[in-house]
Formats: sequence, structure tokens, C-alpha cells
Amino acid sequence: MFKYLIKRILWMIPMLIGISLISFFIMHLAPGDVTSNEASFNPKASEESRQKLRELYNLDKPVIVQYGLWLKRIIKLDFGNSFSSHQRPVLWEEKDKNGNVSKGLIQESLPITLLINLLGIFIIFSISIVLGTLSAIRQNSWVDRSITLFVFIGFAIPGFWLALLLMYWTGVANQWLPISGLHSPGYLELDAFSQFIDLLKHLILPVFVSSLSGLAGISLYVRNGMLEVLHQDFITTARSKGLVEKRVIFIHALKNAVLPLITIIGLSIPGLIGGSVIAESIFAIPGMGKLFYDSVLMRDFPVIMGILTIGSVLTLFGNLLADLGYAWADPRVRKGIVR
Amino acid sequence: MKNILRNPLALSGSIIITIILFMALLAPILAPYDPNFIDIESILVAPSSLHFMGTDGLGRDVFSRMLYGARISLLVGFVAVGIATAIGIVLGSIAGFYRGWVDSVIMRLVDIMLSIPSFFLILAVIAFLTPSIWNIMIVIGLTSWMGVTRLVRAEFFSLRQREYVLAAQTMGSNDITIIAKHLLPNSLTPIIVSSVLGIASAVLVESGLSFLGLGVQAPTASWGNILTDGKEYIQFAWWLSLYPGLAILLTVLGYNLLGEGLRDVMDPKNNN
Repeated sequence: MFKYLIKRILWMIPMLIGISLISFFIMHLAPGDVTSNEASFNPKASEESRQKLRELYNLDKPVIVQYGLWLKRIIKLDFGNSFSSHQRPVLWEEKDKNGNVSKGLIQESLPITLLINLLGIFIIFSISIVLGTLSAIRQNSWVDRSITLFVFIGFAIPGFWLALLLMYWTGVANQWLPISGLHSPGYLELDAFSQFIDLLKHLILPVFVSSLSGLAGISLYVRNGMLEVLHQDFITTARSKGLVEKRVIFIHALKNAVLPLITIIGLSIPGLIGGSVIAESIFAIPGMGKLFYDSVLMRDFPVIMGILTIGSVLTLFGNLLADLGYAWADPRVRKGIVR
Repeated sequence: MKNILRNPLALSGSIIITIILFMALLAPILAPYDPNFIDIESILVAPSSLHFMGTDGLGRDVFSRMLYGARISLLVGFVAVGIATAIGIVLGSIAGFYRGWVDSVIMRLVDIMLSIPSFFLILAVIAFLTPSIWNIMIVIGLTSWMGVTRLVRAEFFSLRQREYVLAAQTMGSNDITIIAKHLLPNSLTPIIVSSVLGIASAVLVESGLSFLGLGVQAPTASWGNILTDGKEYIQFAWWLSLYPGLAILLTVLGYNLLGEGLRDVMDPKNNN
């Protein structure tokens, strides 16, 4: 297990180098030079900030040297400062000469995105395990068919359209739920409990929108996994031992059908992080997805590069955690029998 | 072919896709108005006999714009998936046929691309280029070839040791002939299924980008950018939000049904 852990962590180094190469390559896609007028529609990109950009990325040096210098700064977690947003630091807070602290853009927005996605993952798993199991044990019944229909629609529904409909239905037509931002006006005057409820209300729609397609996909996955497990020999054995059907399904079968989901969590991370762009920009949630979208509109290159890198690193760590979780949960891997 | 028509998933999928394909192809004949004709006398008119799906904020006929928007969605879907499939077949064939270090390099590239959130990657590339329909098709294609690559490689791994392949090799056929004549034709089924499902997700990505204003640019109509207007006028004009969303939903549903249906039909396990 320990050997596996070390191997798995060392494995991330070439991956990180690859990711940095691709991010760097993208920056050089811009026609001519990233500082040229064509590439920066941003009216705020003054000659001064272009000069800064040239210095930041050492654009007067050969490409290899540029990459080396950029990588060196990234390793030190120095992502530079934003072009807009009052030139705040991209990643982490900095103190200026007068001792004023300005918070990092990613530092401020990442926790919000993580919160939404973690809630999303929690909801996806708790609901899809129920739906998938129901679907499998009542295979071809009307329950199974309606769940399958839900799966197909959940896959096909565009998230931003669903968001618009929900906004209209719960916010405009009925005013049940707030439809933008994270807090109501006057949030600071509320007591802690009301603040919590207020936050929760603001989170319902974005969390729902960003988890629906995952919910559909994973329900289907649980269903198919469950069907496969139910046909295996040990289930027949359990049944012929005279165990109650409930015990067979919920203890013996479910455990085996749900195990691979740990890996699926890891695989679904890039989709969730990427999907937060749409949910957050529609509901005006100040998370990393909205920050990314705003930065793309402003062509705020340091922020774009920073989020691209941090998003990929998060994915890598998510995959690492999922793999370790799987290794820990599956006795075959834990005891070194498989792999 | 008979089997496809007998499979309810594949059948309903093909019907949906065929209808949308015809609407897109016949857009100039079916559209009652010029999709870009601005009529300031009839701004945000609700659906009526004159304007079947109402008009938008500039008085343009939504139904006509929807028909032309269908062309964009289908075009982007086909071209983006065409690019992705081509890259996937080439890389997957090389990795699956030659194995060894070439395979390792290609598979590591796949792993790296899969760990960058693809919507971020697409947006970042768009930020450095200019948003246009061609750039979008290329970018979606260049960021979605990993699945096909893995698939082709896995198929080749299982086919490589078959006797007919070994026979062809012994008879002195060169590598390209073996790949093109013996290996690829036998791996077509999963490639087709994944391409059809790929079109569905390309349509979704394009409409999302256009909705965010980073995809197909005005005045060209796309379902995504009609929805941008829908968001703007959500309090007064429900028809601007309802129809384009339904159209995207149906198209994506159609491709998904077709893809899943084809998977069932072409799986030899299901034919007995």
C-alpha cells in the first residue's frame, strides 16, 4: 500500500509537467504576440499593462527560456497579478508597502466553487445510489423505465436552459428562491442561523443545476453495476443460504456495486469544475467558474492561466484521492493481491 | 439496418435526427421570414399566427432563426466530431498497433488532456483566438479526441493477435494496409457509437459557448445565442427561452438515443 502511494504520487510529476506545457502552448496560440491588439480586445489593457505582460512572460526571450522561467514561477506558486480587478494577486493574498492586504482572486473564489461541487457530489451520490438500486431490483418495471427516461433527459438537458427555466419558475413567477448571488441584501445583520439558511437558499438552484447531468449518469452506472453484481455466484450463494432478500441486496450486492463509484468521483471532477462556469455565471455566484468566465471576457491572461493550472492540479489531486480511497476500500487492492 | 429500425431507442433517435436534419436543410424554404430581418414595429411579439414562435428583442422572427440555428448546431456537431474522430483513429491506431514507448507517450498525452477541465480548456483557447464558428468547431474537436483514441487502441489490442492479422503480416502486408484493411473495419462499431454520442455533447458545448457569448456571434442565429436573448428578456418573453432550449434538448436526446440504440443493436451479445 505504501509503495503504491509513493508510486502514485511520483506519477503526478510528469502529469504536472505535461499540463504546464499544454497551458503554456495555449498562450502561444494567440495570433502574433499575446500583447498584440488583435488578441486583446480588452480596452483596459493599456500600453503599460502590455509592457507588464511582456515582462511577466519574458516575451522577448526564446520560447524554451520563456517556458522555463514561467514554470519556475509556477512552482513557487507565483501566478502574478490580474490585469483588471485592481491588479489583485491571482492566487494568494499579498501585502503592499503600506501593509494593506489584498486577497488573491483564486483564494477568494475557489472555496465557493468547492462548496458547490462538494454539495453536488454528495447529492449526486446519495440520490443516484437509491435510484440506481431501485431501477436494478425492479428491472423493466415502470419504476425502472421512468428512471431510465429521467436519465436520458438529464443527459440531454442543457444546464443553462434548465437554470433559466428554474430562475423563471422559482424566482420570477413565484419568488420562492433567490436567483442571484450568495447572500441577500442585509445579510450581515442576520444572526448566524438565519445567515446559514440564507446561504442555503442561494445554493439550492446552482447546486441542483450543476449536479443534474452527473445524477443521471451515475444512476445509470449504479443500475448497470447492480445488475451485473446480482448475477454473480456469491449472490446466489447468499440467497441459497436463506438470507433475507433485503440483506442480500443492501449488504452483499450494494457494497460491490458502489465500490467503483469512488473512482467515478475522481473522473467526474474535471466535468464538475468546468461545469461551474455556466452555473456560476448564470446565478452570479462569485466562484472560480465565474471568475474564469469574466477573465476570458476581459482577456485577463494571468488569471486565465492561473485557473487553468489550478483547475488541472485539483483534478489530479481529486484523482489521487479517489485512487487511494479505492485502494483503501477494496480489500483485494489493500492487501496487494491486485496491482 | 433492419435491426436498427426494430430497436426502439435507435428508431426514435433516428426519427428525431431526421426531422431536425430536414428542417435545417430546408431552412430557406420553410422559414417564413429572413432570419436576420429586423422589424422594429414588432419587437417581442408573443407567438401568433404571424410569428409562430414569436419575435425577439430586435423584432426578428424566432421560428426562422431557430431553423437557421439548426444548421449551426448540426454543422458544429459533425465537423467537431469529425476532427476528434480523425485524431482519435490516427493516434489510437498508432498506439494500439505499435505499442511500446509510442503507446506510452500517446496514452500519457490522453491522461494529461483528460485532467484539464475541458470546458476551461475550450474557453481559454477561445480567449486567445477570436470566437467564430470555425474556431469553435476546431477547438471542440481538438479537446475531445481522447475517448476515441482509447477505444481504438483497446480494440486493436484485442484484434492484433487474431490469426487473420498474423496471416496478413506473414504474407508481407505493410502496416498501413493491415491497419486500414483488417483492424479498422473490425473496430468500426464502437467508433460509430462513440461518434454519435460525441455529436450530442458537441451540440451541448456549442450551445453553451454561444449562450455565454463566446460561440457563434451575432447576427448569425444559433440556439445558444437566441437563449442569451431569452435570459435578457426572461421576465417578458418566455418564448425566447422555451423553444431554443427544447430544440437543444431534443437534438441531444436524439443523438443519445441513436447512439445507445446502435450500441445495443451492434453488440453481438444481444443478437441471440
